[in-house]
Amino acid sequence: MHILAISGSLRQGSYNTALLRAAADLLPPGVTVTVYDHLEEIPAFNEDRVADRPESVDRLWDAIAEVDGVLISTPEYNSSIPGVLKNALDWLSRPLIESPLRNKPVAVIGASTSMFGAVWAQAETRKVLGAIGARVLDRELPLPHAEEQFDDAGKLVERETEQELDSIVHELVEAIEARAAAPARP
Amino acid sequence: MSVTTASERLAGQWRFAPVHSSAEFSVKYVVAKFRGRFGELDASLEGGVLSGSAKVASISVKDENLYPHLLSPDFFDAEQYPEIKFRSTSIDIQGDHVELDGELELKGTTRPIHASGSIEGPVDDPMGNTRLGFTLETKIDRTEFGLNWNADLPKGGKALSNEVTLTVELEFHKVS
Repeated sequence: MHILAISGSLRQGSYNTALLRAAADLLPPGVTVTVYDHLEEIPAFNEDRVADRPESVDRLWDAIAEVDGVLISTPEYNSSIPGVLKNALDWLSRPLIESPLRNKPVAVIGASTSMFGAVWAQAETRKVLGAIGARVLDRELPLPHAEEQFDDAGKLVERETEQELDSIVHELVEAIEARAAAPARP
Repeated sequence: MSVTTASERLAGQWRFAPVHSSAEFSVKYVVAKFRGRFGELDASLEGGVLSGSAKVASISVKDENLYPHLLSPDFFDAEQYPEIKFRSTSIDIQGDHVELDGELELKGTTRPIHASGSIEGPVDDPMGNTRLGFTLETKIDRTEFGLNWNADLPKGGKALSNEVTLTVELEFHKVS
């Protein structure tokens, strides 16, 4: 089983990327994770180019098509989804009938330095993924005051947070297994 | 003058006629009724029990991007639940009026429903067939079947009604 992890933050010291690495450490044996770190290469969405997608978009498209599930960690800018993440999701949604995210199990988590932990960005990312047709987990992990949440080794300092993250990644694995065991496909 | 009873009208073996049948839904979206149709249907009428199914992927709507959204987990989740199924538990026929109880299986949830409508026939057509037709309508709360998507309107309220009207026209040709 393979999961693609996408951070909605491009920052080198991103707390959301750190959160994805913490999540990867919690996955059961046999589950591998690739952290996708090329979001910055995705150009602005242009529907005129859907039929001839930029190579960087094709690479992300194929990367998602090849994995069993996706884990997204998003920061929150101005109470909403970061433009780079929404932009990538827009590319991945056209043509909608062909989107690699259709029926793909996806979990959304998030961290921010505010007291709300990117909770609105997570809700809106789930909404966008639902519109694209992903199998979105009805879970969230709002990680507030992100600058205080990791130790020097990148580990989550709060045991409770780690347990919640552990529960979410295991639910993602279960969703992937349930999809693989689905009796019938149209 | 002979009187035909309800059970006599349904008696015998019947073959489903999909070309002359349809299954549609309508649901209010903001101000107007939105309608969709399922193209691939199957049905049977045996021993006074009416059964049917529709392939979710055969849904037909007027927007190419709405089609995959309707198939997604936000709505029907066609990958996990590719068929909608129905089976009657009782059919009450008074004249040409039909009151029907049954069970609807939608998105993995089976719930009792009640439908009303009419029955036509049996009627002999010029080609030598004996035809029987049902027109039935029921209303369901889509959220009771896990079809929960909605969107907030700017000044309050929701865009999509929870109440959905299901209408079927089912035609059968007598085999024996």
